[in-house]
Amino acid sequence: MEIYAFYAIAAVVLSSAVLMVTSRHLVHSVVYMVISFVAVGALFILLEAEFVAAVQILVYAGGIVVLFLFVVMLVNVSETYQVEFLHRQWLPATVLSMILAAQIGFLLWGNAGGLAADPSASGSVLRAVEGGNTETMGMTLYTDYLLPFEVASVLLLVAMIGAIYLSRKRV
Amino acid sequence: MAELGLNHYLLLSALLFGIGVAGVLIRRNVIMVLMCMELIFNAANINLIAVSRFRPDLTGQVFTIFTIAVAAAEVAIGLGLVIAMFRNSTTVNVDEIHLLKG
Repeated sequence: MEIYAFYAIAAVVLSSAVLMVTSRHLVHSVVYMVISFVAVGALFILLEAEFVAAVQILVYAGGIVVLFLFVVMLVNVSETYQVEFLHRQWLPATVLSMILAAQIGFLLWGNAGGLAADPSASGSVLRAVEGGNTETMGMTLYTDYLLPFEVASVLLLVAMIGAIYLSRKRV
Repeated sequence: MAELGLNHYLLLSALLFGIGVAGVLIRRNVIMVLMCMELIFNAANINLIAVSRFRPDLTGQVFTIFTIAVAAAEVAIGLGLVIAMFRNSTTVNVDEIHLLKG
């Protein structure tokens, strides 16, 4: 049962990613990107990472996509619909990156067996309470990873100041 | 049909990574290049979450949160650069941006 859900979600993720890369209009690309991000969030739910799935939906499908849409509409309309939207050498680039993906996938497919432990024993570690792993995530984030958490907040502050500085009226 | 294992997730992640790399290479629009970089980030996140699920360890999920934060910061800075660039040279085409070329 689980594997059918996985194949359905994987089909949505990959096809919307391909459509995003190949679609000519930028707004269409953004919409396909939303579909791909939501499907990846569904994949996280399938992997029993509910909190990360919620963060994925909120940050990607909620925040980043709106940012992209604003910038797409800020730049010129003629730039968002180009006749020549692909690079000259798009065919060799596509072939080479597919070869790269095939190599990575082949290596991971062959060597992941040692890692694939019995998934049924994972319940107690990943979730302290039934029905979600938000509490366990919070405990880990605020005890073991407190310093990286604070550093991430400083990074977001720096990014905010930098973005405001870069997109000021007169640069 | 075979059991759903770690292999399936890793293969999906590798394919998504390949699509992202292809998009970064073939598109001429800077905004599109940034969007394809988000696809690559998502592929890395799938790897982290899948490994965290199959060898029970919460660290992968915690690092996915950090990855998402870094991706958000990267998008904010990158789109700010796109705006500044568009304002100065009125193009978002990566082939026409050659201000630093000698």
